[in-house]
Amino acid sequence: MPEIAPLLDSMAEQARRHFRQQGIAEPIVVGIHSGGVWIADALRHRLGYTRPMGKLDISFYRDDFSRIGMHPQVRPSELPEELDDEHVLLVDDVLFTGRTIRAALNELFDYGRPASVTLAVLVERDGRELPVEAAIVGAHLELGAGEQVKLRGPEPLRLERVHLEGGN
Amino acid sequence: MIAVAHPASQLPRAGPLPNSLQLTSDGRLQHLLTVEGLSRDLLSEILDTAESFANMNEKAVKKVPLLRGKTIVNLFFEASTRTRTTFELAAKRLSADVLNINVSTSSAVKGESLLDTLRNLEAMNVDMFVVRHQQSGAAHFMARHVEPGISVLNAGDGRHGHPTQALLDMFTIRRHKGDFTRLKIAIVGDILHSRVARSQVHALNILQAGEVRVVAPYSLLPAHVEDLGVHVYHNLEQGLRDVDVVIMLRLQRERMEHAHLPSEHEYFQLFGLTQRRLHLAKPDCLVMHPGPANRGVEIDSAVADGAQSVILQQVTYGIAVRMAVMSMVMGVRGA
Repeated sequence: MPEIAPLLDSMAEQARRHFRQQGIAEPIVVGIHSGGVWIADALRHRLGYTRPMGKLDISFYRDDFSRIGMHPQVRPSELPEELDDEHVLLVDDVLFTGRTIRAALNELFDYGRPASVTLAVLVERDGRELPVEAAIVGAHLELGAGEQVKLRGPEPLRLERVHLEGGN
Repeated sequence: MIAVAHPASQLPRAGPLPNSLQLTSDGRLQHLLTVEGLSRDLLSEILDTAESFANMNEKAVKKVPLLRGKTIVNLFFEASTRTRTTFELAAKRLSADVLNINVSTSSAVKGESLLDTLRNLEAMNVDMFVVRHQQSGAAHFMARHVEPGISVLNAGDGRHGHPTQALLDMFTIRRHKGDFTRLKIAIVGDILHSRVARSQVHALNILQAGEVRVVAPYSLLPAHVEDLGVHVYHNLEQGLRDVDVVIMLRLQRERMEHAHLPSEHEYFQLFGLTQRRLHLAKPDCLVMHPGPANRGVEIDSAVADGAQSVILQQVTYGIAVRMAVMSMVMGVRGA
């Protein structure tokens, strides 16, 4: 698995370029619990952003709720600023099926109507089930059917390959 | 038991107890019928889940899509405003569709049995029943007879229980006081007729509260109340001494007619919570009341509106607790 720091450097560079091209001074950074928040924090640091960070726990928006039920400890989502007409940089650790991002977008829009949402992910892997695309990507990975990649953290951050029993 | 006209094939039989009925084989909540017998872990899980929902209020859209497409019926055989509206709001904030049926104005008056009412509503593809009934055991009866996959929540049955009220009271105490094991809690008033008190005592015992007291005149205490694991006081001043939480119960005025008490005025003189009496409790003692309060009967207005009162917070927390229970029972489907 790749080291995290160079990936974060590359993501910060892509973000800088992306927002310069769009003419956006500083977007609101929103991380998805838990891994996305760690990555979002590291990115903000590298980019020298000062606006407070948002955090989303998308448990209430999952589409597999009726199959797997509630997770009892849902961390509160915090959006410290109004989202209306703001540019949002949405950050997650791994982009896989796209369902988490679908849920996160739904939740974001319950807080307001952002002017734009840009997606940044540390790792993009194969297996998309929804038309979701990241503009800022740390690394691309091709994994086997029974494999997943997990971000462990917060200190130190590292990527770990996980083999699922029997594949899924 | 409920008086229902049974077809021959459905004569009353010894059914499973509420607590075994309300859990799945792997111990998850599928109905909420009673607090009795819930494990400390499961009760804490309900409170933790409620905490997640309580934190949701800053959103512009105070709704989450968890129960989208589900139909919930509030089936109330007894008048209620607070409980019914908070259940309704909880369901709506989970994006469910809600139907309110007030049976006292409906077909029960025309003689339809509870089972027939149930079957008819089931035929409309309902996912959950929230039921309040004047008979103890009504929710349990419904849970025994609903189709698999349908949940029943008890919103108050006779003198038996009112589990979501007790849970929201526990949530309120936990938010303000934290650890239950250090707390002295007094429940004051009409214990005899109170399903709320019964559920509260069970919940406090499960959460291992330091000391639970009940304070009431002899005529408003059930026989053998000590067996519930409480200390009994007949004098309010003594019962309030050094408590961390005092829960006042509503004095149901209809009880006067049955000669349990001489007069409201005398009751207030002996068992009404006044500021002077509240000083006997700890200085930061919480004042709670399940509502609706009879000001000047069991509680003085100045205390009900005072700095130590959390009566309105109880109402707010009630929504979060009911959202937690609703999402938990619906979340076990198809698991």
